[in-house]
Amino acid sequence: MRPLLLAPALALALGSSPAFAATIEVTIDKLVFSPTNIQAKVGDTIEWTNKDILAHTATVKGGWDVMIPATSKGKVTLKAAGAVEYFCRFHPNMKGHVEVAP
Amino acid sequence: MFMRPTAALAALFFVSTAPLALAAEKPTDPQIAHIAYTAGAIDVEAAKLAIKKSKDKEVVDFAKDMERDHEAVNKQALDLVKKLKVTPEDNDTSKALAKAAKEERAKLAKLKGAAFDKAYIDNEVAYHKQVDSALETLLIPSASNAELKSLLETGLKIFQGHEQHAEHVAGMLK
Repeated sequence: MRPLLLAPALALALGSSPAFAATIEVTIDKLVFSPTNIQAKVGDTIEWTNKDILAHTATVKGGWDVMIPATSKGKVTLKAAGAVEYFCRFHPNMKGHVEVAP
Repeated sequence: MFMRPTAALAALFFVSTAPLALAAEKPTDPQIAHIAYTAGAIDVEAAKLAIKKSKDKEVVDFAKDMERDHEAVNKQALDLVKKLKVTPEDNDTSKALAKAAKEERAKLAKLKGAAFDKAYIDNEVAYHKQVDSALETLLIPSASNAELKSLLETGLKIFQGHEQHAEHVAGMLK
């Protein structure tokens, strides 16, 4: 009985795997990305919540460039695997690191 | 080309005299608030001049960033002094900053094109360095109100960020 019952459940779980794409929350407060280091998978979304009264960006040299307006949000969906450093174009002393697993 | 040695000399003069004026006496919170506000307002004025005069997109974008950030921070500073019931008090450091900035603006106003862009950005690098050092060594350690101190600490990070941004733009102009 058991294997028969498990099979559809397993198929459902596998079939719905894209639903597991996560949204990773990063907060910006007083010019600091926190957490500074994050681990993600291809297909995940990073969402930045900016608590500062200043506009920021999350920018990868030769890669994504996300505008994050003052007291607002910005997001990016990760398309490629690999480790990337990102920074704010307006305040290059603001830095973050993302490790994207395939 | 004629301007360069003069500008360099003026920058040196500016950088070397202002800390002396700052070091003379430990400023009070009302004086610190005035100095910080003045420092921001000076950069907004310089930005407005650059937005008007420069034809270089990088330079104009940078100037717009400076205008936007410093206006936002100064608004926050005004809200804080109102909340703390502190009246910003003019002082010798604010006066020295304002005087040097007026001279710098007069110098920049006479320049055009690439010469203007270079002089503006070079001054932005030097100016932000100078304010960073004043914040670090004098204004932050002297501030007695915790909220004012915290605003100055955030201000320092902003100024340091702007300094790096200005250095990046300076590198692109070469």
